[in-house]
Amino acid sequence: MTETPIAIEARNAVKSFGQGAVAVRALDDVSVQIRRGEFFTLLGPSGCGKTTLLRLIAGFETPTSGQILLGGEDITHLPPNKRPVNTVFQSYALFPHLSVAQNIAFGLEMQNRPRAEVAATVARMLALVQLEPMANRKTSQLSGGQQQRVALARALAPTPKVLLLDEPLSALDLKLRKEMQIELKRLQQETGITFVFVTHDQEEALTMSDRIAVMSAGHIQQVGSPRDIYTRPANRFVASFIGETNFLTGTSDGTRVVLGNGAAVDVTAPKGPVTLAIRPEQVRIAGVDGGGMPATVASTVYFGTDTHLHLTLSDGTAVVARQQSPAAGGIDAPKGAQVGITLPTDALQVLGE
Amino acid sequence: MSSAETKAEAARTRSAWLLSLPALVVLVFAASGPLLIVLAYSFLTPGQYGNVVWDFDLSGWIGILYTKDIFDGTWGLADAHLTIFWRSVKLSLMTTAITFAVGFPTAWFIATRPAKQRAFWLFLITIPFWTNLLIRTVAINEVIRNEGLLNTSLIWLGVISEPIRIIYTDTAVLIGMAYVYLPLMVLPLFAAIDRFDMRLLEAGYDLYASRLRVLRRVILPIVKPGIIAGSILVFVPSLGAYVTPRVLGGGKNMMIGNFIELQFGQGRNWPLGAALSMTLLVVVMVALLVYVRAANKGDNPHG
Repeated sequence: MTETPIAIEARNAVKSFGQGAVAVRALDDVSVQIRRGEFFTLLGPSGCGKTTLLRLIAGFETPTSGQILLGGEDITHLPPNKRPVNTVFQSYALFPHLSVAQNIAFGLEMQNRPRAEVAATVARMLALVQLEPMANRKTSQLSGGQQQRVALARALAPTPKVLLLDEPLSALDLKLRKEMQIELKRLQQETGITFVFVTHDQEEALTMSDRIAVMSAGHIQQVGSPRDIYTRPANRFVASFIGETNFLTGTSDGTRVVLGNGAAVDVTAPKGPVTLAIRPEQVRIAGVDGGGMPATVASTVYFGTDTHLHLTLSDGTAVVARQQSPAAGGIDAPKGAQVGITLPTDALQVLGE
Repeated sequence: MSSAETKAEAARTRSAWLLSLPALVVLVFAASGPLLIVLAYSFLTPGQYGNVVWDFDLSGWIGILYTKDIFDGTWGLADAHLTIFWRSVKLSLMTTAITFAVGFPTAWFIATRPAKQRAFWLFLITIPFWTNLLIRTVAINEVIRNEGLLNTSLIWLGVISEPIRIIYTDTAVLIGMAYVYLPLMVLPLFAAIDRFDMRLLEAGYDLYASRLRVLRRVILPIVKPGIIAGSILVFVPSLGAYVTPRVLGGGKNMMIGNFIELQFGQGRNWPLGAALSMTLLVVVMVALLVYVRAANKGDNPHG
């Protein structure tokens, strides 16, 4: 029997909280397919419904309508303890009365696995997260990063079909977070388990994921690889949420778009008013009198290797350009300078609403 | 260290002792003093009309378990005393069990209410505290006696034709004690459950534990300090209960408290009463020690 390549799927999932006029639709008709063995990220601002979707998969919530499928099987009404899905909680939720090893053994014991198997798996998990010396400590004696690893080992020990991670790195400081990102990626590759990772941190999502679903207001805005999402955002929300973006409005005649300042760019877009997006690093500064669209430097922000130039076009549109700092070869354009910019047509994205 | 510093140190020590003097006086005279008197009385000879005669005598202590035959003066095992001891321990354990069975869901309910409502529910639990114990016990009497609220309602509803006899039985004492001591169980349980991190429930369900196993393996071990505190707070006063068995148990269903009172009253055997009091004290202390130690050991089922 061949297994489906889809590990978990939400079909038209709707989740409302409250009743009648005060009801809030946390998830509004969400459908998504997560492939077996991939690192899948649900990315969005707080309140976008990403945690709700995760809780539907875990079984802590039941959808108001729609289905959750695991390996093609409907698990919508299965309680959490009957789902081969484990969660790494944002708060870790480690059992304070148990030692590190007992925490990791908990899920296995609840499945009534034989003692020898439990002991072997716990030892393997302790090695996997490099916590062997801590096996008999109470969890309260561990640092945040160590607690995080116990939570991971505890959720991985029963070898779930899908591992859910609810903003697990948000409580860690920056340096530890970077380490854990690498660690998580390594664990996912070593175990081959499907990871569903929830975060509001776009950088975290871009660096770790195989695929990302960008969510907002209870909808999935776009699903794609980090590269897709960054270079080809589907709409204005995705473009502005992932990285920095310049938005330029204009009017299209089909093959050319006339911008607010009168300049035209050769971009194919549906006729009528359109919004174009371009990343700051794609904006080319042609030089002080090197042609292109005239722009005034409103301010410069120095970032070390990079400098951000905040520019104003002749019609008042603000554009941010990122270039290397003058010491590294960039153009030295002080505040108030007149420069010319060009927008490479292949870097311009036409946005849908 | 210079001598000036030594002197300052000594002065500090002295003032520390002086400041704690009121507490020491209270401890010595109010707590230890009466205890020492009771201890001394237990080794004296009973007086003719109560009180004690200052002659050393062990009959008070012997009298706990043995009784002197009034005809031939030989000592025999006092069955009546043993019955009273057994009833006291049994009723106290049952009271603890009942208050836990009722108190745990109650405390859970209160702890899971929104923060604003909790004070109200806790207030309801503590209301009986503001009323005199005797009045509360008489009120229970009013409910369960043959012509009381319970029996009249049941007869009126046609459930029974004859009143159920509850008053002046062990059951009556049990009902009364469970009612009176329930808040003492609920409050420490509430405090423990209130501190319990409800997110651990989801962690338990997520890791394949059924509801019952989450209760047994996650909730109960974590709120155990509250269970121990509540059990002690209920068991100890139950064992020495006086008013409740007196009012609801009638004369026949005595508990240790009533038995002690009897020795100082009609029994006119103060040394026996004193020896019984000391025994009760020791039994309670030993029970506490054993319980607390066992509870601490059980902390780590795998280790």
